[in-house]
Amino acid sequence: MPIINVTTRDGRSKAIEGRAGRSLMENLRGGGIEEILALCGGCCSCATCHVYVDDEWLAGLPAMSDDEDDLLSTSGARAENSRLSCQIPMSDALDGIAVTVAPED
Amino acid sequence: MRRRRDRQRHHRRGAQLSRFDVLIIGTGHAGVAAAIHLRQAGFAGSVALLGEETELPYERPPLSKDYLAGAKARDDFRFRSADFYAERGIELIPGERVKTVDPEARSVRCASGRTITFGELVWTAGGRARRLPGAHAIRTLADVDALKDELASASRVLIVGGGWIGLEAAAAIVKQGKKVVLAEREERLLARCSGRALSDFLAARHRAEGVDIRFGGPSPDPADFDLVIAGIGIEPEAGPLLAAGAEGGDGVAVDELGRTSLPHVWAAGDVALHCNPFGPDRPIRVESVQHATDQAACLAKAIAGDPRPYAAMPWFWSNQFDLKLQTVGLSHDHDEELVRGDPASGRFSILYRRAGKVIALDCVNMVRDYVQGRLLIERGTRVAPDRLTDPDLPLKTLVD
Ligand SMILES: Cc1cc2nc3c(=O)[nH]c(=O)nc-3n(C[C@H](O)[C@H](O)[C@H](O)COP(=O)(O)OP(=O)(O)OC[C@H]3O[C@@H](n4cnc5c(N)ncnc54)[C@H](O)[C@@H]3O)c2cc1C
Ligand code: FES
Repeated sequence: MPIINVTTRDGRSKAIEGRAGRSLMENLRGGGIEEILALCGGCCSCATCHVYVDDEWLAGLPAMSDDEDDLLSTSGARAENSRLSCQIPMSDALDGIAVTVAPED
Repeated sequence: MRRRRDRQRHHRRGAQLSRFDVLIIGTGHAGVAAAIHLRQAGFAGSVALLGEETELPYERPPLSKDYLAGAKARDDFRFRSADFYAERGIELIPGERVKTVDPEARSVRCASGRTITFGELVWTAGGRARRLPGAHAIRTLADVDALKDELASASRVLIVGGGWIGLEAAAAIVKQGKKVVLAEREERLLARCSGRALSDFLAARHRAEGVDIRFGGPSPDPADFDLVIAGIGIEPEAGPLLAAGAEGGDGVAVDELGRTSLPHVWAAGDVALHCNPFGPDRPIRVESVQHATDQAACLAKAIAGDPRPYAAMPWFWSNQFDLKLQTVGLSHDHDEELVRGDPASGRFSILYRRAGKVIALDCVNMVRDYVQGRLLIERGTRVAPDRLTDPDLPLKTLVD
């Protein structure tokens, strides 16, 4: 089971056991990260699943679609390493991935 | 012996007789959001989430989309794990239906006879699907499980109602190789909530995918089908509160913080009749995940001591086939509908205006307009129609 290292908004870190095949968002939410609201359930409509991905993991992620890019552009907290976690499928290759929950918009 | 049993029963009931600082009725989108936001806002009192359903709380949108289509499993769309609620001291009370509310005693009485008292009552009981005899509805996980059981062996399916749920169900079912007839008594789809351009576009697309759409009456004879589904809207679940004297009618009236006219009683979500800052000048109900979540968050913060009027931008989505439909704003009482882009291309937007201002957009496979159109609505900018409909001008360049 791939491990996900999450840092929440209060700066605390937590390691979650992920499930491959589910999205990173589903894993974070299922792992009890309450700050991930994911209101649209992964439909790329809400941007409430915004995370920062540690640089070393960025390159290994599937490319960002135009839709994800557009939606992220609504966030005042967007950074170089911003991603919508619902658009990232979890896989064993991502074992150890480190992400930080982005601030609320 | 008899006495002992009575005493035991009494004792058991006694153990259940309980009080919560905040008692939330309804475990849907609004109820769960209220509980989570109470804790996020630092509320330390006791919180219970009571509802009629026995399932661990789940999201409704997948019911008519990925779950019906078989692309999501039952446990793929729970809001949170059971541990999550336990860890935060949110007591889940499943399988209880509130029948009456006593605002003076600050108590609710359930169909089981159980009575619970409260400091604050949060009414997030949503709505009940209107049913047709012999037809399935799509409102709860139990509804869709029963529907899927029969669908497996059905080949001819009648869907009554051309609203969002009827259309999503038609898309999910026709893809499974079934013959689908969709009957809409109006002359167009989504007549209640969207403009004509979207109705026409969706009708054409559904027909191209094989859905047999019939407008106007009379509805086809259900006897000609193996399975009938009604997607004909909901009745807000306001009865117990109205009976207790709360103001309302088609729902429970609430103010900008989510307070009903009864002291210590709040409401949010599908059931809440409210004046939406982005809506018309009359109380309305809004049936969407955004509204349920944000209005519940608003009342939770107010209960936790941080009252701020509900002012969130409305948004909504739907998925049918490969179409991603996204709506921002509320199009009620629009007096003008502008089409931006070519519907035939499968990517376009519709802008709704009222008195010259953009109040809502429906976007089809056009996330960019959905995202940028929000600015137009927020700022209330007046822009010439020919500029709004020029797909080469990004909407964000049109706001001042
Ligand atoms: C199939 C389907 C698809 C949808 N798709 C979308 C979508 O794509 N996008 C979108 O934005 N919105 C969508 N919606 C709308 C959205 O799900 C609703 O607006 C939202 O669920 C409203 O939340 P709520 O908490 O107000 O009510 P509900 O989710 O209805 O929850 C109310 C709960 O209260 C319980 N209850 C009722 N009466 C009582 C009582 N007396 N005692 C105890 N419990 C009671 C009910 O059993 C229910 O569990 C969809 C809805 C459905 C049904
Ligand atoms: S969950 Fe809504 S965009 Fe990711």
